[in-house]
This record gives sequence, C-alpha cells and structure tokens, in this order.
Amino acid sequence: MVLSIVLGAPAMPQSAKQSQCVVCHMEMESDTGPAHDFSFDIHFQKGLGCADCHGGDPDVDDMDKVRASAGWRGVPGRSAVPEFCGRCHSDAGYMHEHNPRLPIDQLDKYKTSVHGQRLFQKGDPKVATCVSCHTAHKIGDAAMPHSTTNPANIPSTCGACHSNAAFMAEYGIPTDQEELYRESVHGKAVFIKKDLTAPVCNDCHGNHGAAPPGASSLSAVCGMCHAIEADLYVSSPHFEAFAAQGLPMCETCHGNHGIGTPTHALIGLREGQLCGNCHSPGEGTTAPQQIDSMRAAFESLTEAVDSSQHLVSEAAVRGMMVTDIEFALKDIDQVLIHMRSSVHAFDVDSLIPYATDGLEKSRAVQAGAAALIHEYYFRRWGLGISSVLITFLAIALYLKIRALDRPRA
Amino acid sequence: MASLPAETSDRRQRLFKWIDARLKIQDLVDYMSHKVVPLHGHSIFYYLGGLTMFLFLIQVATGILLLMYYRPGADSAYESVKFIISEVSFGWLIRSLHSWSANLMILVAFLHMFTVFFTQAYRPPRELTWFSGVALLGLALTFGFSGYLLPWNELSYFATRVGTGMMHAIPFVGQYLLAILRGGEEVTGATIGRFFGLHVAILPALFTAVLAIHLLFVQRQGMSEPVSWHVKAADKKKYMKFFPNFLYRDLLLWLVTLNVLALLAVVFPDGVGVVHWPLGAKADPFAPPPEVIRPEWYFMFAFQALKLLPARVLFLEGEQFGLVLMSLGGLIWLLIPFLDKRSKRNESSPMWMGFGIVVVAFILVMTISGYLIK
Repeated sequence: MVLSIVLGAPAMPQSAKQSQCVVCHMEMESDTGPAHDFSFDIHFQKGLGCADCHGGDPDVDDMDKVRASAGWRGVPGRSAVPEFCGRCHSDAGYMHEHNPRLPIDQLDKYKTSVHGQRLFQKGDPKVATCVSCHTAHKIGDAAMPHSTTNPANIPSTCGACHSNAAFMAEYGIPTDQEELYRESVHGKAVFIKKDLTAPVCNDCHGNHGAAPPGASSLSAVCGMCHAIEADLYVSSPHFEAFAAQGLPMCETCHGNHGIGTPTHALIGLREGQLCGNCHSPGEGTTAPQQIDSMRAAFESLTEAVDSSQHLVSEAAVRGMMVTDIEFALKDIDQVLIHMRSSVHAFDVDSLIPYATDGLEKSRAVQAGAAALIHEYYFRRWGLGISSVLITFLAIALYLKIRALDRPRA
Repeated sequence: MASLPAETSDRRQRLFKWIDARLKIQDLVDYMSHKVVPLHGHSIFYYLGGLTMFLFLIQVATGILLLMYYRPGADSAYESVKFIISEVSFGWLIRSLHSWSANLMILVAFLHMFTVFFTQAYRPPRELTWFSGVALLGLALTFGFSGYLLPWNELSYFATRVGTGMMHAIPFVGQYLLAILRGGEEVTGATIGRFFGLHVAILPALFTAVLAIHLLFVQRQGMSEPVSWHVKAADKKKYMKFFPNFLYRDLLLWLVTLNVLALLAVVFPDGVGVVHWPLGAKADPFAPPPEVIRPEWYFMFAFQALKLLPARVLFLEGEQFGLVLMSLGGLIWLLIPFLDKRSKRNESSPMWMGFGIVVVAFILVMTISGYLIK
C-alpha cells in the first residue's frame, strides 16, 4: 500500500491483489505492459480483475493449467473484440450492477458505424474496434484527463489512424482532418482556451456509431450547438438554393474540419470573401447591395467598438475606475455576437436593429470614458490649485515663525 | 512687526474678557504662556506626536464622510465602496485620503515610539505616558486590521482569513477567540458586522479616551529633556516657548503633510507599491485564493517571522512558539520603563539601546524579506 502511494499508483483492490495473473505478468513485463497498465484502468478501479475478461482461474500460477481451467477465454482476435467487450457492456443486468449510468447499446451502434460495417460485413481487420479508441488495459473514464476518450485527447485518438497517410491509403479519404481541426476555431477553443465543451471529432461524427454526416444531416449536426444560426438559415433564401444544388448548408461557406473564426471580413464579393464564391457584382439581383450593406453595418459598429476600447484604455491607464464601462463594452460584444448570428438570415434589415443598438451603447461607453478622462484632468487641476493654496499658507506661517524668532530690538 | 491699531487691540481685549468671564480661560493662557519645549539636536522628534494626532484627525474626518455611504454586510459592503469611489462626488478622494492617512499615521506612530525609546523619554515620571502611547499604537494597528476587511474585496477577504486564522495558534482559547472575532467559523458577513462595529465605534471611543490621557500626561509633564541634560548647567539649557513658537511650527508641519497627503491621494488613489488598496473583485469565499496573500505592511514582520518558523519548535507548534516569543518581546518592550534601571538615574543604557536596535533590525529585515521572498 505504501509503495503504491509512493509510486502514485492506486491501491489494488482485494480481488486483483490476490490474482496470480498480476503476480506473474508483473515479473514478465518491464515497466509497461498489460499488468502495469491495468492499475490505471477503470475496470481495475471498480474491482474487476483479469479473469473477469479473460476467464480462467486467477489463483493458478501455471499458465497451462490456467488455459485448461473453466471459463478461459484468452486474448480475443481483433475482429472478436467488439463481441468480447459487448459480453458485459451489452448485458443490461450486469451493467446495472456495475455502472447503471452507462448505456448498453454501444455494440449495436458500432455495428451501424462505418467501422463496424467494414469489420462485420467486409471482414476488414484494420478498422477501429473498442480497443483502438479505449486501449486494451488502460481504459479510462472520459472525464479523466489521462483517458484517450477525454475531449482533449479525442483528436489524437482518432488521428492515430485517420492522420496516418500510409495506414489510410487504401480508403481514399483525406488524412489532414486532425491538422485542420487543430487550427480551427473549435480546435483552438479546446487546445488553447482549454474549453472542453467545444466540439471534438465525436461531437459531430458520433461515438460508437461514427459516420461522416451527409449533406442533409449537416444542419442537425451544426445546429446542435448553433441553433439560432441554423433556424435563421432554414428560413433564408439560401436554404432552398443550396438544397437545389445539393450543397451542404453550413459546410459550403464555413468548411468542415478547418472552420475558421467567423468575422465580418468574410462578408463581401472580393477575393477571399465567402459571398464572392457564388455572387458577383453584376449578377442583376439585390444580393450584391445587401452584401455591401451588411458589411457596412458591421464595419460601422466594429469601428465604434475600437474607438470605445481605445478611450476606455486611455481612462484606465490614467488610473480611473473603468469597471462599469468595461461591462458596457461587454454588452456591445454581445450585440456583435447576436449580429453575427443574424447574418444567417441573409437580410440586412435583420442586422440594422443590432447595429443601431450597438452604436448607441458604444456612444454611451465613449461618453463615459471621456467623462473619466475629463475627471482625471479635473483632479490634477484641483490638486494643483489646492497645493498652491496650502503652500501659500505654509509660506505665510513660515514667515510668521521667522518674525517670532527674530530678536526684538 | 507693526503693532495692531489701538482700537483693534481694545476690541480683542474686550472679547477675551467676555469669554474669560464665562470660561475662565486666563489660567489656561497663563499655563500655555509658561510652557516651554527643550531645544537640542533631537528637538525635531517632538513634532512626531503632534503629527500622529493630526493624521488621526484626518482619519476621523474622512471616516465620518465615508460612513455616510458605507453599508456593512456581505451583500452591500463591496457595492457601497464601489459606489463611493465611482459615483459619490469626491468619494474617491475621501477614501484615498482615509487610506493614505491611515498608513502614514501608523508609520509616524512607529517613528514616534522608536524616537521616544531611543531618547529614553519613557523614564520616570513618564512611565504612564509610555504605556498609553504603546496602547495607542496597538489601537491604531487594530484600526488598520479591522478597516482592511470593510471593502469586502478579494484581497481583504483572504488577508483577513489568514490574519484571523493565526488566532487558532493561541493555546486553549484560540478556537473560541477565533469564533468570537469572526462571528463564526469562517470569515463571513457576520465578520464584517463585527469589524465595522469595532472600527467605527469601539476603537474610536477607546482611542479618543487613551489619546486624551496621553495628551494630559504630555501637557502636565512637559516634553522630556535629554538624559545628558541632567548634568548640564541651567544657563546652558535652551528652550522654545510652546505657544506660539512650537505650535506654529507644528501647524507648518501639518500643512506640509496635508500637501503631501493631497498629492499622494490624487496621484495614487489606489496606493502604490506595497501600500495599495485597489478595490478589485468582490470577495468570493468559493474562489481560489490569490497566489500571494500578504498582510498590510505593518503586519508583515510578524507574518513573515511566523512563516519562517518550522512546523514544530520544542513541544509547541511553530506558530504557537512564534506568538509566545513575540508576546514576550512585546511585554518586555512595554515594561521598558521598569526594566531600564539606568534610565531612572538619568543614565544612558547601552544594553537596552542594543535591544532596541535588535528589535528595529528584526522588524526591517522581516518586513523586507516578506516582500522579497515569495
């Protein structure tokens, strides 16, 4: 027990301590291996031992006798892994006893996934099975940072196969998803801001039923989080136009794995701006004018916000208390977020109320900041005048003291 | 200097007689006109007491103004201080003056005490003046400690939690004292109520009473003359009239201090360096404590000394040992008029002066290392 605390490993439950499997395998392994890894495994922490998966008699120290003992299941072949794990994980009674909050449909879902279909229908031995994502003996709760299924580790877990160009060559799908994702707005949220609520691979593609979302289901996938944008888009003229051309709704403009940070700089007809991919200045519709007006509305507000921030900084560096106007600035950020969402209605009239509200708030912030800067100079002047008065009094008193000290004639 | 016109002088005399007939102030004027202040190389030290009192008066005036808007309580203290500094006209200035004068008052009070110590001005018959002075410094420190929590911001909350937590180290009664001080097991809104009552009612009443006693002693006994004057010929001793010569000099120093105070309050409204009191974020008991929690600068030496002690010393916990040691040191400091036998004979006391130097060095080293060592 003391040794396990010192080494940082969890204490062994009674069943595992008594297991002869661990005793022998620890001796056979160097510093890593199933017996070593298993101390980090959620099954071990819940009190399960080697025999619960591999069968056999855990009290026997002769391997031949173990293999001959009742219930011996041994090590499953790669294609047998899903059924091997499903023996317990698809058993409602067994799981209710051990972890009732865990679903029991993983195997069923897996069979519907691209991985499962290739394994069971085409006998492809390379596809991912349970152990590919969860590991064999170091399976962790997804909430634990060391777990391969923790949100922060999911891109690496999926990328272990999907970023391997040689491994994926025969499937004819890109292998840059992980690289693109890490640079995307979602990837930066996960890896830089450490925001584990941001979507990783399985949030869009699913877990055990993993599949690439089709064009028709994209709105449901993105709309799971971006509900307002999805609603506005469905009511917009783009919905039918994209559907008619078979274009995926969100992905057409934003891309998929490498989704960039959305800014109003994307609105416009010039090169590199999204609208210009389909629209052109002389196309004979109101769209180019709408696009220009939408961009202008954004620019007027963001310029006002920049000026406001500059003034607030000016007040702050002078040591004035700017917490209230900083809160007001955050309100304008909220307006900008609403405005960016409203872009998905593709109607300049839906942006105007937000732009007007934002500009009004911005003017209020600028007035507040200007008042603070004025107050700063007022204080300096006040200090100067009062100092002159006090100094004058002090000099007068000093002269009086000198007169008192002077010997009388 | 030109003399006043006869008519004006006559009018003043009539006014004085009118007041004297009702208040009998002629005795006081006679007493004041005979009062003198010794003139020697260290006469400048005599101004420190008056300066401390001047800063205390600023504390009282600004404190009363703050009291008009301050609302004690976990839900209102922080908000009311924020209101004072952001909405109330000149509220920021009043808070800044209050904080600056508090820090300066404690600094000057410390200087006053050390100059009294090193000039052996505590020697008979001024033992009681010394006791009342040390009591005033103790009360001023308690003022500082109780006032620090009142804004109920992150900094004050955690510093008070650490500061009051030291009570725990007091043997046998520590836990009870801690509960009494905090109004419960933790620093909560109940603690603000207690500290507020202490800060604006109990301490001002006590301080005013002890200050009155201290001033009475000073006035009745006069300023202490240097030890070496005991053997000095009477005609070699020089004096200055208290009124108006010394009093005018006092006033001049007060005016200069007021100017410095105004400058500090306007240029550094939230303090500067290790003396700072930014409002910052509201206290959140569930938030993680700041990386570095430091007490006010005048408690730093004790805080640092306790921090450097090992977990156990002899049969006591480190903190307990430190508190016992510092209490003993404080007791010796307080009883110095009785312990310094040589001063009773108007002789200098190298041993006790050495003790004083060790105390000052200890305070300085601990305070500086407290800010340098994280």
